[in-house]
Amino acid sequence: MGVKTEDVSSSSIEELIIEGAGCASCVGKIESALKSVSGVENAEMNFAQRTVSVTGTASPSALVKAVEKAGYSAKVATSQSGDDALAEKEQADWAYYKRLMREMTVALSLGVPLMIYSLLGGEMTVTTATERVTWLVVGILTLGVLYFSGKHFFVGAWQSLKNHSANMDTLIALGTGTAWLYSMVVVLVPHLVPEMARHVYFEATAMIIGLINLGLALELKARGRTSEAIKRLIGLQAKTARVIRDDKQLDIAIEDVLEEDVVRVRPGEKIPVDGKVIEGSTTVDESMLTGEPMPVEKSVGDDVVAGTINKSGSFLFQATRVGKDTALAQIINMVKRAQNSKPPIGRLADIISAYFVPVVMIIAVISALAWLNFGPEPALAFAVVSATTVLIIACPCALGLATPMSVMVGVGKAAEAGVLIRNGEALQTASKVSAMILDKTGTITLGSPKVTDVLVASEYDEQTVLQLAATLESGSEHPLAQAIVESARERGIETTKVSNFNAIAGHGVEAKVDGKSLLFGNEKLLRERQVELGNFVEKAQGLAAEAKTPMYFAVDNELAAIIAVADPIKEDSVAAIKRLQDNGVRVVMLTGDNRATAEAVAEKVGIKEFFAEVLPEEKSKKVQELQMEGEIVGMTGDGINDAPALAIANVGFAIGTGTDVAIESADITLMRGSLHGLADAIAVSKATLRNIKQNLFGAFIYNVAGIPFAAGVLYPFLGMLLSPVIAGAAMAFSSLTVVSNANRLRFFKAKKH
Amino acid sequence: MLFINIAGITLIALIVWWFWLYKPQQLKLGEGDLVIAVENGIYSPSRIKIPEGKPVELKFLRKDQSPCSETLLIPKLEISETLPSNKLKQIQIPALEPGEYDFHCQMQMYRGKLVVG
Repeated sequence: MGVKTEDVSSSSIEELIIEGAGCASCVGKIESALKSVSGVENAEMNFAQRTVSVTGTASPSALVKAVEKAGYSAKVATSQSGDDALAEKEQADWAYYKRLMREMTVALSLGVPLMIYSLLGGEMTVTTATERVTWLVVGILTLGVLYFSGKHFFVGAWQSLKNHSANMDTLIALGTGTAWLYSMVVVLVPHLVPEMARHVYFEATAMIIGLINLGLALELKARGRTSEAIKRLIGLQAKTARVIRDDKQLDIAIEDVLEEDVVRVRPGEKIPVDGKVIEGSTTVDESMLTGEPMPVEKSVGDDVVAGTINKSGSFLFQATRVGKDTALAQIINMVKRAQNSKPPIGRLADIISAYFVPVVMIIAVISALAWLNFGPEPALAFAVVSATTVLIIACPCALGLATPMSVMVGVGKAAEAGVLIRNGEALQTASKVSAMILDKTGTITLGSPKVTDVLVASEYDEQTVLQLAATLESGSEHPLAQAIVESARERGIETTKVSNFNAIAGHGVEAKVDGKSLLFGNEKLLRERQVELGNFVEKAQGLAAEAKTPMYFAVDNELAAIIAVADPIKEDSVAAIKRLQDNGVRVVMLTGDNRATAEAVAEKVGIKEFFAEVLPEEKSKKVQELQMEGEIVGMTGDGINDAPALAIANVGFAIGTGTDVAIESADITLMRGSLHGLADAIAVSKATLRNIKQNLFGAFIYNVAGIPFAAGVLYPFLGMLLSPVIAGAAMAFSSLTVVSNANRLRFFKAKKH
Repeated sequence: MLFINIAGITLIALIVWWFWLYKPQQLKLGEGDLVIAVENGIYSPSRIKIPEGKPVELKFLRKDQSPCSETLLIPKLEISETLPSNKLKQIQIPALEPGEYDFHCQMQMYRGKLVVG
């Protein structure tokens, strides 16, 4: 036992996997070997699982050594980072691939010559004594192949049989086992079998095992490509971060970065964790997360996101989210989950595949019985061939793989385009959206009002007016006021001191600046104060008709200017909305704004249907109204007040705009602000659904048509019977076909915009 | 021939009973270590009894190399996890209402059940 000190590092639990422990008596040996390691408090072995859990402070390597010393081998079972896990998985997959290929080669090097021999008209029956000996040798060689190349099918079949379940292994083991056993009976005790039926099927046995291994190997390769998108996302994570602690700069692993750490990023480097810029400014390429090609400017106070690339400047930022809390980690997690979830369309296949194998076994028995009862001579040989072929051709894998493979690629593809799909159900519904409701503010428009027009009275210039107005408004929190302050700041105008500030609720503000009395507000306010407005009233009406909000500005009770503020429409909203309409989607706009503004915006972006002055709580009602009209409704919004409408819609789309991903409330999150994401999401969903349907159709038809064919339904009409070798090849390649078809989705491109 | 037909029908009956009607034994998730091995095409144990209304942790150890075995899905709980090969993977199960919760691999060839209550 280790000496107890004040500063004991906290004890942890290590799990070891033990190999080479064959008997229950090993348990005691291994446990006591581990307990003798200093720092170990307890060691308990689960013999059935060959695992030991060790509590204490000893290092894992010391534990492994102790087990090895006792004569067994051990591995540490730990959870690890995504990156390592991925590398390890690839390595394991590669090893498995090589094994399958090796097994395939062995099986085919026996199967192919035998097959050629039989195709060239070689004698496959057993009549003479020489033939018996030769076939006996071949039979034993085939057994060798079954053992070397097909052992995993047999072990798997036996284990699952014991467990009252059945899988692909069961079918392959039964099929090849039947063919081999029958052939051996023919060789060893030919008199039990009618003379005409003394046919051997060793070539089929070896070929089937070889082909199925080949199919598995190729499928493994193809599967690797389906997870490309997630690999790319994981690859975005930086490995290390340059952290400043106690005035010292340290390069540390990204897992060790803590919240509130100050991190330095140089040009060209990846941003390691999420945070807020505290020093310096730069441009950042966020395209990998948002799909937005233009680099984004960042300065003090702006958020930066892990995984994006710093382009131009060096800066410091303070970490706000680290580890699994970063936006990137959450995105990866969400994509992974979504990739493994199933759209409802796949449910039927699920139900079928759950009953599939036993049903196929029953069909094989029925088919054999049918041949024995009604078949021509040699009925026994026909019965064996048809039963074997039925078992071999049935492929639950293709059915099972049809949906998940397409979803995997489709969801990954969407993520690459900056569209996060929450689950398979959202994917399926998105493909059917017939009406799309768009919130105006922040969805169609940028959501932050800007000064669009400054119309000055003759004796003033724009600069002075903006300076005074910005100074006056600097005390106000109203969004329109902030737009004016922001606009002045952008033009490099400094604000001065304000006194006697007074907000006149619902109308405007007044204050004294540089000894002048300033008044800023709507028409009603200025008329009350008897300010002469002249022809500016008409100008203001003109601005209002363009969806702008005009405000009057008076200096010493004389009109100085009209300042118009508007929430500009996003650059590509018009094109994106057109794309939706071109695809036959009914686009509807909702806004809390007044009718005139709504009408102007709707007209600009080409929306015919809109609802103005909608209170936040009424938004979900509008969704329901459309649903009542029989539409599959998509709702797009960005604000918290949109959440109920997002939830009630058939598909809720949240505008995430890069950093703050509103993953929770929406079914689909657009990581960039552009509405093109909507059309992209619908297009990807449609393509994925189409792909799933192709896969399901293929798999169903294959099994529905293949099984009766294999059972010999065609024989009475055409005299044809399917060879078990063909069945083996067909089965081996059916799941490969499904995976390859899903892979085609990787080349899908949403329409150019 | 009659004998063969009877044998065939018995075989079918046997298949139905063995795969569908028979209820396999279930293991209770106890205080100690219950590791669910993913090996040779099955989960063992495949029926696990867990207490109701209490979050628990399941441990999985995947020994099979087949790519199918690497994904564990518990559809009712929206759980989808990747099981690393030859490494223990802990999976947190939230407090559940009594009932049966299926878990399976991507293609549903590996199947198991959580029995709550």
